[in-house]
Amino acid sequence: MTLTFEDFPPGHFGQFGPRRVTREEMLAFAAEFDPQPMHLDEEAASRSMLKGLSGSGWYLCSIMMRMMFDGYIGRTASMGSPGVNELRWLAPLRPDDDLMLDVEVAEARISRSRPETGIVTFKGVVRNAAGQALCEMVSPIIVRRRATPEQAG
Amino acid sequence: MRFFEDIEIGQRRELGSFTFTAELIKKFAGQFDPQPFHLDEEAGRKSLFGGLAASGWHVGSVCMKLLVADGQRQAREAAARGEKIATWGPSPGFRELRWLKPVLAGDTISFQSEVESLRTSEKRPEWGILQARNTGTNQRGELVFSILATAFVPRRSAGA
Repeated sequence: MTLTFEDFPPGHFGQFGPRRVTREEMLAFAAEFDPQPMHLDEEAASRSMLKGLSGSGWYLCSIMMRMMFDGYIGRTASMGSPGVNELRWLAPLRPDDDLMLDVEVAEARISRSRPETGIVTFKGVVRNAAGQALCEMVSPIIVRRRATPEQAG
Repeated sequence: MRFFEDIEIGQRRELGSFTFTAELIKKFAGQFDPQPFHLDEEAGRKSLFGGLAASGWHVGSVCMKLLVADGQRQAREAAARGEKIATWGPSPGFRELRWLKPVLAGDTISFQSEVESLRTSEKRPEWGILQARNTGTNQRGELVFSILATAFVPRRSAGA
């Protein structure tokens, strides 16, 4: 069954994962989108502020998107997102870790400009296998409302 | 890249441009964001986007790619002048990311970066903290992407 706006009341929504992050995938992303030495080179990374090889923050965001898709967005009447209110990278992503995603609905309201849709603001936290928070994001998505009898006609 | 002391509020750099082909859009979406409007032309046409649209995370990642390339260009120029090269630190995050208009297959987006604020770090005296507004503009001059990004930038005096 497709999830609609009504399925996202404020409060805890769910936990998703684990998602394995391999060294190979992490390095391939960095080589294509974020080729800074701290994301590509063990030796340079060990001398960086993060003290060891770390994944690009944009890789972590992309993995979080995939975890949201696999967890619920793939079966939600999602119409896309206007943006991200805030995103914080809290600790470095290391290779060969297993990530978990916790999702909370921070706010859900009906759209004024498109009343057949609602705006659901999610707060997502990604943690590593040790339970350390790596990344926290607050972002709205646009979700279709369940068709009412008059709309369905 | 530049040192904290060499950066001023309001400095603006053109980062270059990138063409989002259908092939690249589908490759990224297949891996990270397989919503139908990022994978299929027909689904894209029927969506709010009006065509096959790049994942917003793809657009953000390409902005990062061009920021890094621009930093590497500046580092090469500094090295050619015989100057010390600054290596930027990681980012603690960003705010106000806006996907203002869809980036559709075939669109060429040029990216810009403008320094908004600078402060020193109390916890890490060898680093400064920079906030920049990075933006993307399509071939019609429409603003499609905007983000207020933060990064640690090395101070010239640190440990020298």
